[in-house]
Amino acid sequence: MTAIRVGHLYPDYLNIYADRGNIAVLTRRAAWRGHEVVVTALGMRDAVVRGDHDLYYVGGGQDREQLLVAEDLFGKAGALHEAVAGGAALLAVCGGYQLLGRGYRGFHGDDMPGIGLLPLDTVAGERRMIGDVLLECELEPGEKRTLAGFENHAGRTRLDPGADPLGRVLAGFGNDGESGFEGCRAGRVIGTYLHGPLLPRNPWLADWLLEQALAHRLGGDDPPRLEPLPDNLERRAHEVSATRARTRGGRFS
Amino acid sequence: MRPRPPLALEIALARGVAALSRRVGVGGGTTIPGKLLAELDRGAIDRLAARLPNGTAVVSATNGKTTATAMTAEILRPRHKLAHNAAGANLVSGVASALLSSGDADLGLFEVDEAALPELVRRLRPRALCLGNLFRDQLDRYGELELVAERWRGAVADLPEDAKLVYNADDPQLAAVSEAHPGSISFGLDDPLVARPSLQHAADSKYCVRCGTPYVYAAAYVGHLGDYRCPRGDHARPPLDVAARDIVIRGLERASFRLDTPEGSRSVELALPGLYNVYNAVAAATLAWSLGAKLDEIATGLGRFSAAFGRFERVAVADKRVLLLLIKNPAGANEAIRTLVDGGAPQVLAVALNDEIADGRDVSWIWDVDFEPLLPSLETLVASGGRAAELALRFRYGGLSDEAIELEPDVGNALDRGLELTPDGGELVVLPTYTAMLGLQRILASRGLAKPYWERSG
Repeated sequence: MTAIRVGHLYPDYLNIYADRGNIAVLTRRAAWRGHEVVVTALGMRDAVVRGDHDLYYVGGGQDREQLLVAEDLFGKAGALHEAVAGGAALLAVCGGYQLLGRGYRGFHGDDMPGIGLLPLDTVAGERRMIGDVLLECELEPGEKRTLAGFENHAGRTRLDPGADPLGRVLAGFGNDGESGFEGCRAGRVIGTYLHGPLLPRNPWLADWLLEQALAHRLGGDDPPRLEPLPDNLERRAHEVSATRARTRGGRFS
Repeated sequence: MRPRPPLALEIALARGVAALSRRVGVGGGTTIPGKLLAELDRGAIDRLAARLPNGTAVVSATNGKTTATAMTAEILRPRHKLAHNAAGANLVSGVASALLSSGDADLGLFEVDEAALPELVRRLRPRALCLGNLFRDQLDRYGELELVAERWRGAVADLPEDAKLVYNADDPQLAAVSEAHPGSISFGLDDPLVARPSLQHAADSKYCVRCGTPYVYAAAYVGHLGDYRCPRGDHARPPLDVAARDIVIRGLERASFRLDTPEGSRSVELALPGLYNVYNAVAAATLAWSLGAKLDEIATGLGRFSAAFGRFERVAVADKRVLLLLIKNPAGANEAIRTLVDGGAPQVLAVALNDEIADGRDVSWIWDVDFEPLLPSLETLVASGGRAAELALRFRYGGLSDEAIELEPDVGNALDRGLELTPDGGELVVLPTYTAMLGLQRILASRGLAKPYWERSG
């Protein structure tokens, strides 16, 4: 048994789309394989220390909450860069994803600084992009998987040339409604607009994150593979969500 | 510009459509005539409302608006003939339909959707407006809480100056929105003995509306509703004009409290459980009082009230009963669950999750609901609705064993299965989202067990 240490950033502020569902999935799926997940809340003014956590999680918040944490997160930027350089994994969803880029430019001067952990910028758009989404991802070469979720964002996120998206949009808007891509991936860091929450109906991604976290915990470059689970309910939930995206996923008319 | 048809003609036409909608069996006709009228001439709504000799009163809230409005109707019924959208059709079209179908009414009493409030305040020019609460709800449809609060600020600014504004002072957002209106009347709960030790996981509006510092709560009652103050002194709960004190909740059956008003006190007995229903009752009492009801009328009216449509509604099925509790967002669902657990948590539970527009297409909110207190005594969960599998996952990752989970997406089948598992003389608890609740009501009505919703009086 290995204790996987998760640092949950700002759970009191960034929790709008049931982010605790993602944490619950990580915890249970680790436990079903005989590992323990220990979650620590990292709130305002709590220090991030390189090596203390194997996986960081940042959720989404309403604009007001996001603005309240942006400045504090900026203060943690150096430590987070070091932690990630040391091999820690990170999942950021929605508002948290935006803050991982270089920043958010709002309409009314409500700009927010980002921490530059992902090579992207976000600019406020006129219309919110709301609806079910389906992506095709290939995090490991040759392993194509789909991610089904729900998006609700006004920000248009643009990746730098050469940056890797999380996936290709099969249905829905994605990063900006135009590029055909969604999210961003850099090593063990993943940022995405997909909530729903993301992990319950996409258990393969939960397992991938746990494997990256285990690799950090145990040392070594090759993450261990977790034994597969039956995931019957998860598969059905994924199918329903994928069908929703195909039939009524967001699109500009 | 198209010439405007005479109002009488529009009314006749729209009423004909309502009858037709019921005859062809497509629904209750609770919104179709209003939709037609709204299409023909939206200004007709203004003119219909202006014909009501005693004006209109409007109730809006994220949670409890149907119940609070129905309670107000029960209090006012001896005094007034009401135009009331009792079946919960609370958009512009639903209000128009209620206006159309009650030609001899003297007072309009409408529950109004949070997003539709600004337009309906402009059209109805209400003499009283009751603001109940603001919780995060269907973010895909309403947008963020701040946005709704901002729209409500506009609605308050549009109120006629002499209109009564009745607001829940236990909600920091509403207190901030309401203080601009002259002579506004505050209500709230004041009984630390029934308060929660801390804010719930999904609490909204936790931060001072002025400076962003987390509020300190002397008492938290439902979600973020309570006796709050900013530790920096920038904002605090205003004094309560009307308050519920000495609150007693009795299992799954009843609640009682003392209603304190500037005119005196009365004890109130409710045939409904749950702290959130005490909020609904105080909201109804304060609104009715602002409309001229006497305290005795208020206490007896609330005492007569049983349940609003699908909100803690009991239906007999042979020698068993079905208890319907609508769930639609974390705050409301948490209170329903808290009430169930306090009254004896069920062994069999059916939960039906749909994701139509009226339910919210984004189902992530179920992960913010604290279902966990139900798990220790739960033997079987019948997971139902279009998103049954997602709901089942919520319980699976909450810690319920796979053997205890049955997947039955069809709500009729889920009802039958739940009843099969319920012992004779027992009660099956069903928690449906809005469209699942309408589906269940239709099934119960087709079996002759409940009146169709369009035939119920308000």
